[in-house]
Amino acid sequence: MKLSRRDFLKISSIGGLVFSTGLSGARAFAHAGGDDEFYFVQLSDSHWGFKNLKFNGDPEGTLPKAIATVNSLARKPDFVMFTGDLTHTTDDPEERRRRMRQFKSLTDKLEVPQVRYLPGEHDAALDAGAAYKEFFGDTHYAFSHKGVNFIALDNVSDPRARLGATQLGWLEERLAELDRDQPLVVFAHRPLFALRPDWDWSTADGDQAIALLKKHPKITVFYGHIHQEHHHQTGHIAHHSAKSLIFPLAPPDTQGKKFKVGWDPQHPYAGLGLRKVGLTEKQAVVEIDELGVKV
Amino acid sequence: MTKRPRAWRWCVLPLIVAAQAGCTRQADATDPQVITIEARRFAYSPAVIRLKKDQPVVLELISKDGLHGFNAPELGLRSDVIMDGPSRLTFTPRKTGRFIFHCDIFCGSGHDQMAGEIVVVDD
Ligand SMILES: [Cu+2]
Ligand SMILES: [Fe+2]
Repeated sequence: MKLSRRDFLKISSIGGLVFSTGLSGARAFAHAGGDDEFYFVQLSDSHWGFKNLKFNGDPEGTLPKAIATVNSLARKPDFVMFTGDLTHTTDDPEERRRRMRQFKSLTDKLEVPQVRYLPGEHDAALDAGAAYKEFFGDTHYAFSHKGVNFIALDNVSDPRARLGATQLGWLEERLAELDRDQPLVVFAHRPLFALRPDWDWSTADGDQAIALLKKHPKITVFYGHIHQEHHHQTGHIAHHSAKSLIFPLAPPDTQGKKFKVGWDPQHPYAGLGLRKVGLTEKQAVVEIDELGVKV
Repeated sequence: MTKRPRAWRWCVLPLIVAAQAGCTRQADATDPQVITIEARRFAYSPAVIRLKKDQPVVLELISKDGLHGFNAPELGLRSDVIMDGPSRLTFTPRKTGRFIFHCDIFCGSGHDQMAGEIVVVDD
């Protein structure tokens, strides 16, 4: 099932989820304020090291501007989650580490209590996550925050885009430990559902993960990889992809081959951005707010 | 390897005969067309493969520089592409149209662009 923006808004408002897109984020979280509501920021796909000016006229400035945007938020997020493709891939292991070191020195400037990461295939697929782990730790993990459970999955360290039997077993064990009355938020780099398989927008064994996850009533998935905002439902599971911080890709209903959207000097940073996700322990995700990169 | 029991061979033989008989009944039965596709970082050659509907074809996939994939999900075709190849995919296109194939084993900085197209036209 494909959802238009309007359909999504309808479903959202039924579920109590408020959804907004805007460059300013001025109305962001206008109705927030319940004691137990908190929010995190999702950043994605900065591809640090990518330097083709045709697709980004400010390749070394976009990520710092996104970080400054987060730091300028009046109310601080509880944490930042970076959903992969932190760096652009390279064959040279030294250069890969140099890019990760630079990336880390930039995200260390985020003025938030915690920054968490996930790898994308550009970070981890050529060395099974070896360099990534040196800088950012485990490629999949679970944590809880204010009554909400979070699971970060790795569907990229295997160059065939598989979670793999070991990780699926780990996921099943983690899920069994959870209280199903508590909301569950899952992070991954690639979509777990087959969004556009001929463009490589899928996870080889993603259906197995979805089969496990759908036993949980209050579940939401946030991912990256497709370099644009997208919203989709598989059963009761909502899947939300984030914008990139380097270049947008063509929308999934485009005919023919996948392509990068070129940089428009008249509208720099168009299609790039980040998002705030508001949650409560009772209602799970209550608000998603898309922000542009502050220039 | 152990020898297969005799009884098994007796029951499979009529099937082979029947399949061959079915084949020769087709007016245009010919050996399938063989198309060799070379994969190298980060392209396929040829990148556009033109096929005729209902004509059987064998795709021979060979890599010039390490491991790649070949995946055309809409046609249900997928194979690894290795240097010690070729890997062969035998199929008969049953619908006309343009179908994208892509590398589904991450192979480096141009991997995202490593794709081609199978164009199936009416005979
Ligand atoms: Cu990606
Ligand atoms: Fe990416």
